[in-house]
Parts: sequence; structure tokens; C-alpha cells
Amino acid sequence: MPSITKPLIPLAPLAKNELGLTIRDYEGAMSTLCAGCGHDSVTAAITHAFWELSTPPHMIAKLSGIGCSSKTPTYFVRGAHGFNSAHGRMATIATGAYAANRELTYLGISGDGDSLSIGLGHMAHAIRRNVKMVYVIENNGVYGLTKGQLSASADIGSRPKKGEANVIAPIDPIMLGLSLGATFLARSFSGDKEQLIPILKAAVAHNGLALIDVISPCVTFNDHEGSTKSYRFMREHEVKEVVADFVPLRREIHASIPADGTRVVPMHDGSIVRFRSVPEDYDPRDRSRVEEYIREHQARGEVVTGLLYVDESGQTPHQMGHTPATGLNKVAFSDLCPGSAALEALQEDFR
Amino acid sequence: MEPTNTGEPNYYHRVVDCQWACPAHTDVPGYIRLIAQGRFDDAYLLNRESNVFPGVLGRTCDRPCEPACRRGRVDGSPVAICRLKRVTSDLKGDIADRLPQAPAVKNGKRVACVGAGPSSLTVANDLMPLGYEVVMFEKFDRPGGLMRTNIPEFRLPDRVLDEETGVILDMGVDIRYNSPVDSLRALVDEGYDAVFVGVGAPRGKELDLPGRYEDPEHVHIGIDWLESVSFGHVESIGRRVLIIGVGNTAMDCCRTSRRVGADDIKVMARRPREYFKASPWELEDAEEEGVEIVVNHAPKRFVLENGRLVGMEFDVVEWDEGARHSSVVDTVIIPCDDVILAIGQENAFPWIERDLGLDFGDWDMPVVDTTTFQSTRPGVFFGGDAAWGPKNIIWAVAHGHQAAISIHQYCQGEDVAARPHEAMKLTSTKMGMNEWSYHNDYNPSPRQQMSHVELTRRFEALNLEVELGFTAEQTAREAQRCLNCDVQTAFQEKLCIECDACIDICPVQCLTITTNAEENDLRSRLSAPSPNRDQPLFVSGALPQTGRVMVKDENVCVHCGLCAERCPTSAWDMEEFTLDIPYASGVRHIPVRSVGAVRS
Repeated sequence: MPSITKPLIPLAPLAKNELGLTIRDYEGAMSTLCAGCGHDSVTAAITHAFWELSTPPHMIAKLSGIGCSSKTPTYFVRGAHGFNSAHGRMATIATGAYAANRELTYLGISGDGDSLSIGLGHMAHAIRRNVKMVYVIENNGVYGLTKGQLSASADIGSRPKKGEANVIAPIDPIMLGLSLGATFLARSFSGDKEQLIPILKAAVAHNGLALIDVISPCVTFNDHEGSTKSYRFMREHEVKEVVADFVPLRREIHASIPADGTRVVPMHDGSIVRFRSVPEDYDPRDRSRVEEYIREHQARGEVVTGLLYVDESGQTPHQMGHTPATGLNKVAFSDLCPGSAALEALQEDFR
Repeated sequence: MEPTNTGEPNYYHRVVDCQWACPAHTDVPGYIRLIAQGRFDDAYLLNRESNVFPGVLGRTCDRPCEPACRRGRVDGSPVAICRLKRVTSDLKGDIADRLPQAPAVKNGKRVACVGAGPSSLTVANDLMPLGYEVVMFEKFDRPGGLMRTNIPEFRLPDRVLDEETGVILDMGVDIRYNSPVDSLRALVDEGYDAVFVGVGAPRGKELDLPGRYEDPEHVHIGIDWLESVSFGHVESIGRRVLIIGVGNTAMDCCRTSRRVGADDIKVMARRPREYFKASPWELEDAEEEGVEIVVNHAPKRFVLENGRLVGMEFDVVEWDEGARHSSVVDTVIIPCDDVILAIGQENAFPWIERDLGLDFGDWDMPVVDTTTFQSTRPGVFFGGDAAWGPKNIIWAVAHGHQAAISIHQYCQGEDVAARPHEAMKLTSTKMGMNEWSYHNDYNPSPRQQMSHVELTRRFEALNLEVELGFTAEQTAREAQRCLNCDVQTAFQEKLCIECDACIDICPVQCLTITTNAEENDLRSRLSAPSPNRDQPLFVSGALPQTGRVMVKDENVCVHCGLCAERCPTSAWDMEEFTLDIPYASGVRHIPVRSVGAVRS
């Protein structure tokens, strides 16, 4: 890690957001990850996104499991709530926290090991429940913390730093999400903040689980020749045909639908996502077309990035369960647990 | 934009704002690091190499380095560079054996220097070690020129000046005191191989208003009056004194008046405060001593009663925006016993015959080449205020170095216009994983304030030095405020994998990876706004993976080295820049630092 902490330089005109906070207020502790780690760039993108959205730090909850990726919540928004859970259990903790207090913005950070191996079942159920959270997978294709074994997202033919090329089929979280009924699916690249920041902002606005698979190269164990998750491979094989802009509610109400085929998807909170330079036959709301489109490119060895699928008609668990609009943590205990007499009365109804 | 050529010494030199702004290009960050290490001898000698008079300049320099200092752009207050220079002089030990020496065997060339001020002394300092015989003519009985006569002792004690002039003169300069030169022809006829004219700008400007010459005993020319005080010819002045003019000489006049009997002192300025020529710190010091600064008063006439000066009449004026035009709103008479005129200085060369082949141009000033310092008569060189009018000591020193190079080349039969080039060394400061040979952390301390002798004691003696110097704690803190701008962020694009780590970590957001374009376009697309167009952009060549470029806005980089610490491929390195300044002797006089592996 660096020899010094990032100094706070009192440059006069540090820009402030609507809360009067500077971007430095959305930073966290110094990263202890390897120099050049893609995860640090994701951290920077998250810092930017929350600052630009003017989200109050105390209204954010950061959740993670185990792994290099799961260390990163320490490195952003130091004023937020945080929970560093057991390996693969980020999604369960997030589901529980969301059940108790629906008013926070939940940001789960996980990796390909945490979510696609040990925690795959938990992730799958969080997706099908549509828990309102941003679910970021920092995907580098290796277990970095245990010195670089291939992970469940490693592509067939991808070579580890030492040993034989991979022969086992990978799990693609986007394809998995499409089959599980996910309502927001995006893929991005840590080396492309121009794309990642708007996706993160749209994900925060989304009414449901927003899954973002971020290819985030492991500079130490998976950035070599023969890797399909390296900086160079991504730069040579990334296809950015689906370009989405996030337009917050406050800024541009008169967002007209242009004639050039730009698609506009209104988000739950009134903001919009505007798709531009999207292929003509592509519709980010057509699940089967999206799947086909990704497969076409995969067959050519290309990695499609962007906000690939969005469906704002889904319901969150709280909507499905008709719970109060405020967090359950604000409901009086006597209302949450009305006592044995009320329980007996309820049971009596079913007899 | 074209890729920045960092192989050209001026690019990195310019990043070191203080060194770039200093006429003598003193290696400021270099000596501040030596101070931080407690190596005061080395710090003094490193100073001396370029500015020759660290003790004098540490008290009196006009400090062009400080307004340029990057720290000023970062937190509003530049590093107290001048005060730290004084620290090197105050705390150095015995350095006698490390000072330049003249060889016993001379080279047979004789050089005459007219005047024993900073420029002449610098010429002697550079030429004596090469075996020249230097004959110096001084009109007074002590060396130093205006450093002696115009700067009062309460700002610059004699012992400091004596020591630093002594080092040069003791090399064996043939100095002839009380020997004003009244004919250049006679001097040239004595057969010197070269003549250097460093006589300063010795004539104070007159103020020809009605009544000026009716009571000459009570109307003084500032620099002449200071000279008389310095030599003990004047020991008192009236109780009420008006100083006309508001430059640094005016500040010395008012503060000196305070010490020789005046207690009602007004400095009269025509223009508003923001247009004063005096350095802000000198104004502060004067006001602290009870001097009143009066603005927007234009002198009109001297008021006399029975042949005795009793006051001065002023137009009270108002200025338009930008203080270009004024209009008179009132007229006042301010009573006084004495008036000191401190409205500037002029050159005067009555002793130079006009038929020597030495051309005079505008304002009756000699025509002097701005690079070689040679007049139109080969072998006669000018420097200091004598060359192009009043500047200040550090300029005189810079001139002296250049003139010494010319004189050396001239005496060796070489072309004086073929100047030796500046060169640079770049030395990696990397000592290991995230370890550097300089202290890279940012110290948020505010600028340290100089303590002064208490006002109750300050006027006890004319030569009581007011500034006490920095304490050890102040020195340590102030040295840590220096941003080490000479430790350069050196970038090798062929190693970059565009992981953004440097961009994400930079505490001042001065880095950007983007597509190349012309400068205006690039500046509009940087990570942070780029308001300071005086500071250059570093632009790399095309990066290997995407063909984009790395752009660095040099404006507020704090040289913390975090970009290099977070770089996985060492595309960034922190490399110490050393400017090799050519002197007459060609190389540095005294090796003060050992240089490790030099990157080719």
C-alpha cells in the first residue's frame, strides 16, 4: 500500500455537490490492493457516482463478502454504513438489511469467487426476489487473494499465469441474470469510467436489483498474454454498442425522444436512461433479443459492455409484501410484534 | 499536441517554479531538503554556488521565487524560501576549507572591476579561482556597494556582509578603497585584459517642485541620506518626517528615521496601496514600527517660512479604475521638519568618455548585449544596476555570473557569444517499494511567521537587527512545507497499461488519459479545471493499448509520488532534477551532493 495517505490538499475551488460535499468526502481509507488493481478504478467510479448523485453518505449501506473485491467498501464513502459478511453471504445480509430498512441505498460489492462460486445460490435468490440494491461483481477471472487460481468466470481457453489453459465452462452472470428474471443487467470495464459511472447512477435509480458485472483486471495474477480478463484483452475485444446515459430527474425534464432511434427508458424515480448508438435491432427491454445479441458476440470472442437489459416494471419484495413505505425499523415494536393475544386471534382466523 | 520533450532541461526546470523565477536559478528545493536533514553547511554551499551571498540575500532578497512558489497556488502562502536561506547562513559551521580558493599560480590575465557591489564581487568570485588577477575600485572605504550603503544595519548586520564579501576578497582580490574611477579611458589605458563596470545606479531621482532647493539641509535624497547614516555622517533627523515615494528605499528611509529621532513619520504615496513598489513584508514591518502610510497624495510644493522647511503641500487625488487617471479633490499642507525623497534611482556615467567606441543609447544608457553583458567596446562588460537600471541584488549576482563567463571566454580568445549550455541530471529517488529518497508526504502547516525584536527594545541601537531568524521548530516545519517540485514525475508511455491507478489516486486530479488534441481542446477535457494557462501541460506519446495520451497539468502537482506508488509497471517514476548551471569555471565549485545512478 502507499507510503502515505492521500493528502487533503486545500485547493480553493474543489467542486461541491448539492449537499455541499466535495468528492473527497466520498472517499474512504487508502487501498491496500495491488497497485494497478482494476478494483481501485471501480472504487473511484463509485466515489464519483455517489458524489454526482449527491447521495447522503449516511443513507448508503455498503455490503460485501470475502475476497479482494470485498475489501473495497473500506476504500469509498467513509461516512456510509457497512457490513463485511462471511464468504458468499453478501446477498443474504443485503436482503435482510433491506427487509429491515428499505430507506437506505444498498450497494453490494462482490467478486467472481464470492458470487459465482461459494455465494452463487444466495446471489440467484437475491436476483429472483429483486431486492432493491446495486449488486457489483468485480470480475477478474481468478482467485487473487489465494494467489491466482482460475475462478468460475474464467473463459474456456483462458490461460492462468502458471499451468494449463481452462477447459471448464464459465458462468456468465449476465446470462444467469437473464434466466433468473433480473430487471437490470449491465456489463462494464474498470478501465472505462465514462461508461461505468452512468451505469452505476442508473443502477442506484433502478427499482430492484441492478446487477453490474465489471471486468476488473487482476494486475498481479491475470493481466498476462493469454488471459481473457486483462487490460489489453478488454481493450481489443470490448464492444461498446450499447451506450447509455443517465439523466437524473432534476436536470433535464424535457428529454424528448429523438427521431434517430435513441431509446429512452424512464426509471422508477423519474430520472431516465437514454440509449444512444444502439444497434437498430437491439431493444434493452427485450430479454430474448438481449440474450441472442450477447451470444452472437460471444461466439466471435467479443465482450459486449453497456447497460444491456432494463425492466422497470418489476416489483421489489416490499412492494410484493405490501409493507409500510417507511423502513420496518421505524415501525413501533408493539406494531411489529402485537403480542400473543393478536397471534392467537390470527391463528383463530385460520381454524 | 506534440509529445512533451522532457529531455530539454527547460521543461523540468520550469516545473521548479522557484528556481525558474530566481535570476540566479538557485536550487531551492535542493537546499531546503538539506536543511530538513540538518545539513546546514551543505545547504549554505549549495546556495552560495548560485547566489554567492546567502546570508545577505536571506535577509534582503526581493524574493522573486516566493510569488512563483507552487505552495502559494496550493494553500495561498508560498514557502518562506528567503527565511530558510537565512537559516543556512545562521546555522552553518566552519566551512572555510570548502570555500573557493585562488590558485597560487595565476593565469596572467588582469581584470578591473569598477565598484565593489554584488555584481563586481560575483565576477571576482567566479574568476579568482581560475587564476585571474582582479583589481577592484571602490569609492568608499568598505566593500558591498548598495548592500552596505543603502540597506540599514537593522536589516542587514555588518558582520554578515563582512563575512560574505570577505570570502571573495580574501581570495586575493586587489581591492582599492576610496578610489572612485573618474575616467574609463585612463583605466583602459592601464592595460587590463578586461574591464567590468558594476557601479550600480548611484543617483537618486530629484523632485523638482517649488521650494525644493530653498532649505537643502532639510530635504534629502533617500539613497544619499541612507549612505550618510550608514557611514555615521548623519546621526539625527527632525521629529516629523515625510518620505516621498513608496518603494523599498522609502521603507528603509522611514524605518531609519524612526531610529535617529523621528517619531511622526508619514510615507506619502500618490497611488493606492495595491500599486506600491515596496514589498508587502517591508510595508508591514514599517507599519509595525508606527510609520503611517498615506495614499492618494500627490506632492505639489515645499512650504517654507523664513527660509525654513515647515511642511509640504499635496493634492489629494482620486483614481479611476486601474489607477490610470486621477482627479484632484482637495489640497492639504502637511507640516514636517524634514523631507526624504525616495522616488527612484538613475544611472549616471559622467566618467565614461563618449569617444571610446562604447555606444550609449536611450536615456543615456550604455548599449549592453543582454546575453554576453559586453558593451559595444570589446573587453568592457557591464552588470548589475549599471547595465539596465535598478533591479536588485539577486539580479546583480546573476549578471555577475554571466559577465564572468564572458570575461573568461574573452580573455581566452573565445567567442563571447558562444555560451555554454545548461544541462540536467535526472536521478531516480526510488529506494524500494514505495520508498523514496525524499520526504513525499504533504505537510499542512501554515507558513511560519518570523519573530521580531520587541518594539520596546527595537530602537535602542541603529544596528540592532529586527528579525530574529527562525527557531529550530519553525525551520523544520517550514522546510516540510516545500513540495519538492524538483522531484519530477517522469513518465514512460511504453510501460503504461492505462489502468487509471495514477488518475484515481492523484490528490489534485492533475492527470488525465484522453485522446490527443490541440491545447485548448485538451485543457477543456482534463480531470480538473485548468485555470492557469501559464503552467504547461505534459503530454505523453501515444499509449500502447489505446493510442490515447497521458496528460498532466503541471499547475498544482504536489509531487507526493502517489502516482508512482500506485503504478503497477513503474511507468511513473519520481526523479530528482538537478540543473547544471554553467559558470566561468565550467563546473560546480564545490561538490555538495553525491549523485547516484543517472538514468540515461
